Amino acid sequence: MTTKSIITREFKTVSGISGPLLFVQETRNVAYGEYVEIVAQDGSVRHGQVLETSFEMAVVQVFEGSGGLSREHTVVRFTGEPLRFAVSTDVIGRMFNGSGKVIDNGPPIIPKEKLDVNGSPINPKSRAYPTDFIQTGISAIDGMNTLSRGQKLPLFSGNGLPHNEIAAQIARQAKVRKTEEKFLLIFAALGITVDEARFFINSFEESGALSRSVLFINLAQDPAIERILTPRLALTTAEYLAFEEDYHVLVIITDMTNYCEALREISAAREEVPGRRGYPGYMYTDLASIYERTGRVLGKLGSITQMPILTMPNDDITHPIPDLTGYITEGQIIIDRALHRRGIYPPIDVLPSLSRLMKEAIGQNKTRDDHRELSDQLYYMYAEGRSLRELVAVVGEEALTERDHLYLRAADRFEKEFVSQGRYEERSIEQTLDIGWNILSSFPESELKRISLNTIQKYHPSKRSRVS
Amino acid sequence: MLKQKLKFGIIKKVVGPVVFAENMENITMYEMVKVGLDRIIGEVIRIEGDNAVIQVYEDTTGVSPGEPVEPTGALLSVELGPGLLNQIFDGIQRPLTFLEKESGFFIRRGIYPDALPRNKKWHFIPTKKAGDKVVGGDILGYVKESPLLERHAIMVPPQTKNGLISYIIEEGDYTIDETIAKIDCGNNNILEVKMVTKWPIRKPRPIKRRVSTHLPLITGQRIIDALFPIAKGGTAAIPGGFGTGKTVMQHQLAQWADANVIVYIGCGERGNEMAEVLERFPELKDPRSGLPLINRTILIANVSNMPIAAREASIYTGMTIAEYYRDMGYDVALMADSTSRWAEALREISGRLEEMPGEEGYPAYLSSRIAEFYERAGRCEVLGSDERYGSISVVGAVSPPGADFSEPVTQSTLRVVKVFWALDTSLAQRRHFPAINWLTSYSLYKNELDLWFVKYFPNWPNLTKEFMQVLQEEEELIEIVRLVGPDALSEVQKLILEYARKIREDYLMQHAYSAADSYCDLKKNYYMMCLLSYFYNESKKLVGNGVQVSKINSLPSVQELGRMKFIPNEEFEAFYFDLLARLKEDLSSLALGVKS
Ligand SMILES: Nc1ncnc2c1ncn2[C@@H]1O[C@H](COP(=O)(O)OP(=O)(O)O)[C@@H](O)[C@H]1O
Ligand SMILES: [Mg+2]
Repeated sequence: MTTKSIITREFKTVSGISGPLLFVQETRNVAYGEYVEIVAQDGSVRHGQVLETSFEMAVVQVFEGSGGLSREHTVVRFTGEPLRFAVSTDVIGRMFNGSGKVIDNGPPIIPKEKLDVNGSPINPKSRAYPTDFIQTGISAIDGMNTLSRGQKLPLFSGNGLPHNEIAAQIARQAKVRKTEEKFLLIFAALGITVDEARFFINSFEESGALSRSVLFINLAQDPAIERILTPRLALTTAEYLAFEEDYHVLVIITDMTNYCEALREISAAREEVPGRRGYPGYMYTDLASIYERTGRVLGKLGSITQMPILTMPNDDITHPIPDLTGYITEGQIIIDRALHRRGIYPPIDVLPSLSRLMKEAIGQNKTRDDHRELSDQLYYMYAEGRSLRELVAVVGEEALTERDHLYLRAADRFEKEFVSQGRYEERSIEQTLDIGWNILSSFPESELKRISLNTIQKYHPSKRSRVS
Repeated sequence: MLKQKLKFGIIKKVVGPVVFAENMENITMYEMVKVGLDRIIGEVIRIEGDNAVIQVYEDTTGVSPGEPVEPTGALLSVELGPGLLNQIFDGIQRPLTFLEKESGFFIRRGIYPDALPRNKKWHFIPTKKAGDKVVGGDILGYVKESPLLERHAIMVPPQTKNGLISYIIEEGDYTIDETIAKIDCGNNNILEVKMVTKWPIRKPRPIKRRVSTHLPLITGQRIIDALFPIAKGGTAAIPGGFGTGKTVMQHQLAQWADANVIVYIGCGERGNEMAEVLERFPELKDPRSGLPLINRTILIANVSNMPIAAREASIYTGMTIAEYYRDMGYDVALMADSTSRWAEALREISGRLEEMPGEEGYPAYLSSRIAEFYERAGRCEVLGSDERYGSISVVGAVSPPGADFSEPVTQSTLRVVKVFWALDTSLAQRRHFPAINWLTSYSLYKNELDLWFVKYFPNWPNLTKEFMQVLQEEEELIEIVRLVGPDALSEVQKLILEYARKIREDYLMQHAYSAADSYCDLKKNYYMMCLLSYFYNESKKLVGNGVQVSKINSLPSVQELGRMKFIPNEEFEAFYFDLLARLKEDLSSLALGVKS
């Protein structure tokens, strides 16, 4: 913030309370964005932040909500500072609540730095483009929508779908091959149930990741407005550990839908003109202030990879929450209800899924030289097969040509053999690509137009078996 | 500029990027001001009596009521001069390389360096001499700015009417702050010309007149150059849902378009996409000169988590720079990714002002602002007593919520641009790239530009027309297949479907990341069309004689059409004649088979 001297000022002039907002009169020189402590009648302290300030009044959002606060007995203390979080490597292996208080009965954190939780934008000039392939062991991701270190890649899911299992499997299996680097997991829970939180914690414990993780837990019964803060604490911690302490950090945030609901609540309380479906017009920019805190920077060893999870209301990908997220993140992994119903795990629909950073993360010396062409061909095959399936539903199978049948069968095999795998099955990238080749080998070479003749010569199963 | 005594205002209220101030009686609209004790930069966007509303170009955290607002007497402007190329700026032209040096990889607040390097000396070669008469826009001399821009013109300021050069410096190395010429404008008014000038970003630089747009901006993208071309000085919009290929297309155009200067504005999008350009462009070679592309490129990066008021300004900053190079007589191409983020910045600021919202919360002036922006594109005769022509082509990405093109930003844009490249989510999901929908897209330049193409490629207009017709027919045939199945089709219809499939897969699809296919020159483009058309028209005769389409399709030369796009530009002509001969042979062998 500024170099201004820090003065704490107290006011007992709350004139109005609306939803999570306090309106404090006659504040005069309160600064925008300033961190605020709110003392309730019973002496308990809540915290908040200034959203608007003028000569007459300051508007304060209260992270714990305004329940139980009264106009007469509330003391509002302006600290003259932005909201900061105390970080050091002590936080590793620890658990915090959604506003950053230690909740694991461990010793207090001895801070090395106190950082503004809103962070600062990374200079685009200073960014290093992500190129390191992260093997998740899941074929639908590694083969078709490759994740790389420093990427923000969300899971778009729906209620009741196994996004938690998939996220946990990724957290368990993710590795950059041929390296022995410092890896850390940061987990931010926003309004999820106790059971869900327990599932994650158990899963981290089981795989030994818990001691290499930092947890921020805001549960469904915890204050909703706190969810505005929780991801910022997680990312402030991530930035410190990645860029000051050289860790490779994977940040999992779930469920961003709850974050957006909190944002909407504040906007409604401020009586702002709503954007699409009642969400504030600035939601894109606000979400960007979270998702963009990902990446690598030139000259630093560490990195931040972000995997936010969101549940699409009504499975609707055009809903503002997934829509704006998709416009900011570097792709998306779509968890599909139809595949799930058919018993396919992980039910990842590769067609609407995307990894925008895939091209630089694959190929020779990273995955394998046939990767791009193979995945292009698999995409083509699966898309053809899927549209033929729709045609079959109308005109019946008999009407199809021999070529059509090849595509139909291959699409089925793709779902059963390539996409589908065990919850504890960790496939190497070579295994993944070879399954792909096996499926494609049912086609005549002239259909494999996305693959160069050289690559066919080198990797096509018929050629390879002839050699051996 | 403004002569009155500068008097400080006082901040009354702070709401996000918007600051309300009082005691501002002598302020001008769009004047730049310094806000608060940290003196961060803002711009006056509304005046009511003594009160002013200011949009602030940096984070306002920590700013409080009672702090001062300092007028500067100047409108928000950019610096113009040698040293722009090869740089990356934020939305208000702060050089990001300098910010990095000052504050590390996080951008800190309150650093305002000069946009152009001050110490660097440029070799100036005068082309005028003392005693010459000049008017605004006349070229006094040149400096070599970069290997791809040998002649950066130092011009007489636009507003100059009847000037007489009283002094001009001799050839030599000078910094941009040195006076290189003095111009006597009469009435004892001596204008000192330096290599650097300033221009307010919201004011279009003047031109002599607009001229017709009859030259294509060649992009190396087959579907664009052939079916939906853009003219030099033209305007185009690329709307599309997320992941449909807007940014990749903008990058492709920035790489391959045959312009002299590229201004690329990353407006409210991803930081990594700018990093990508910064990493790739120094290595990528211009297909015409073989020199690194970064040498003709200027990047404006105000990404999604940088301040939104600066995002609002970024497209004007970019446009003013583009106009400056146009005024020298160059063809400039400007890409803005994404104009929707600019519109959202406008909406957010308007919301903070509590203005009456229009459709979807956008201010009522949204469409006029969009129109004003695209109005600055065009091909024109520029100022100066010699006859020079320059152009600015503008390509704006649009990001419609939910990929629904009926929303205000898309609709307002379509009312003003002449080319519409509609990106299609379903094509993108099938990985058909570029995902430009061939049925809904259009170019209003097509007919005029055909006159240019036909001069070099006689059959160009016919071929592109044939392609469009076949794609249209395919759509109708697919409808039949959906109703009654593929069996109902005649062999002739099957051939049309096969032709259409080949056009889509073997011609329209173009892989941005394939070395041989990313840039397709006009010759290769033409020959590819010729080959496909030859296949179809010859096959039609065969089918008429009872040959089955599947038989034709299994010919080796016909199958080879599927891989022709991977033949490099420089080898394509030879390949064309070779494949054409083999097609002829294979097809005529089938014809013989029928006869015997
Ligand atoms: N011409 C192309 N060739 C190959 N891949 C492409 C092409 N255009 C788009 N893509 C793919 O689509 C992805 C999304 O494209 P992008 O331009 O980032 O979309 P948008 O800007 O519309 O969100 C890219 O990461 C790339 O994988
Ligand atoms: Mg984009």
